[in-house]
Order: sequence, then C-alpha cells, then structure tokens
Amino acid sequence: MSDSLTIHHTREPFPDTSVPDPHQDIFSKTTLGFWMYLMTDCLVFATLFVTYAVLRHNTFGGPDSRTLLELPTAFIETLILLTSSLTSGLGLLAAKRSHRTALLGWFALTFVLGASFVAIEMHEFTQFVHAGHSWTRSAFLSSFFTLVGTHGAHVTSGLIWMCIMMGQVFFHGITVANFRRLVLFNMFWHFLDVVWIFIFTYVYLIGVL
Amino acid sequence: MHDEMSLKEIQKEWHGSYRAYAIGFIGSLLFTLLSFFLVLSQTLIGAPLVYTLSGLSLTQAILQFVFFLHVGQEPKPKWETVLFAFMILVLLIIVLGTLWIMHDLNDRVMVGM
Repeated sequence: MSDSLTIHHTREPFPDTSVPDPHQDIFSKTTLGFWMYLMTDCLVFATLFVTYAVLRHNTFGGPDSRTLLELPTAFIETLILLTSSLTSGLGLLAAKRSHRTALLGWFALTFVLGASFVAIEMHEFTQFVHAGHSWTRSAFLSSFFTLVGTHGAHVTSGLIWMCIMMGQVFFHGITVANFRRLVLFNMFWHFLDVVWIFIFTYVYLIGVL
Repeated sequence: MHDEMSLKEIQKEWHGSYRAYAIGFIGSLLFTLLSFFLVLSQTLIGAPLVYTLSGLSLTQAILQFVFFLHVGQEPKPKWETVLFAFMILVLLIIVLGTLWIMHDLNDRVMVGM
C-alpha cells in the first residue's frame, strides 16, 4: 500500500526524452484539439445542411426559397465575410511579426466586418418574421432559420471572442499564450467562412433558381 | 512534461504567409463572383447549373482549407489531416445516406399525396 503510494509520488526516473518529438508541445496539442472541435462542428453543419435539403420544398403553403430570399443581400454578406477572413489572417500575420498595433488594427477591422455581417443577417431575419415568415411557418423556414441561424450564432460568438482577444493583446501584449489563442481564433473564423460558402451556394444561389 | 516553447518558435510554427492569403482571397473572390454571375446571367439552367455551382463551391472550400486553414501542410505525423479525412468520410455517410433514405421514403410512402 505505502509502496504504491510512494511510487505514485516519485517522479519518473527516466522520462522518455531520448526522442525529441516536436509534436508533443502544448502549441500543436492545443491546435490539434481545436481542429478536432472544428471537424465535429463541420458534422453539425452537415446535418443541418442535409435537413435543409430534405425539407426545403415543404413550404406548407408559405413562401418558398425562390420568393423569399434575396440574392444581392447574400452576395454582399459573402463579400463581407470573405474580406473579414482576409483581415483576420493579416492580423495574425502582424502578430507573427509581433506588431501589436497592426494586429489590433486588423482585428478591429475584422470586428467591424463581422458585426456588419451579423447586422445584415439580423435585418434579413426580422424582415422575414415581420412579414409572417417566421420559423413556425413551415418546415422549409424551420430548417432555414436553424441552418443560417446556427452559422450566425457562431459568428456572434466569434465576435465576443475577438473582443476578448483584443483586450488580452491590448493589456498583455503578444505573449506565447495569446499567440496560441489568436491562431485558434483565426482557425475558427476561417472555418465559418468555409461554412458560409456552402450556405451561399446551396441556400441562396440554388434557392433562387 | 512539456517544455513551453518560446514565442519565436510558436510564431514559426504557424504556416500563414502573405502569398497564401493573396492566393486564397483572390481565388475565393473569383469563384464567388463566377457563381453569382452564372446565376444572374442564366447562361446555364437546371441541373447543369446546379452541378456547376456545387463544383465551384467545393473548389472554393478546398482552396480555403488549403490556403487559409493549411490542411495537409503540417509536419509528420499529420494528425490534423487524418482527422480531416475522417470528418469527410463521416460527412459523406451522413449527407449521402440521409438524402438516399429520405428520397426513397418520399417515393415509397408519399405516393398520391
């Protein structure tokens, strides 16, 4: 009993450091874990997409995607989100060179773009609801609001995360931990842009045909 | 257990570059514009248009996965790439399986409705 306890409390006499493994560091462990989350999030969006694909003709006498959706709005949203993806990447490139002010500038721009994306989407949603086309109207609208709303909720949480990161960088500078978090945030933001490509194509472009 | 890497080492570990962002952004922009104007101009209609748009969106997604998210560019062992491949497999099972089953059910059960 006491033997097993002492064994637990003594350090490993010969830690296996003979083979230097560059992938055992905390940076790539964290990015791998976050990547794993993003991959599962991909599956969440895949199920929502396929639900939308199955239900999109079940309009129950309500509006269908052709009469409801406006392509120019979605096109502008696409350009905004794509540009914000670029500016967040440029921010991280500034962080790579430890340029704090440039990073904060790019992230502020990314925040403005992301916030305007969410604002346009909210405006679109409120218009639909005021016109009586809310998510309770038909299976098509339920799946539409779930799919596009889930993406919007992700973007909104990204905006909150961005605010926190700007505060962290402002007060503590570009530290090891902050750079790691910035890389994770950047992955998240690019991932949301990839999801939006499919929303733009399958919901909006193919929806208005 | 793990030695905390220095900031310089971590900054090197992230693969982003101006060149990759330029290619990714301009490429994505071109694919988006092409899809948008294909729908507006109606040079293609019906199924060919749907397939073209699907192809364009897939290409753009691959472009962004490669140039923005650096899939396949990590040093060995490529765990992120393995996870990505597995995600694609599960995604295909979910998407194709659901579409197949639901279309089949629709054909068999909803006859005459």
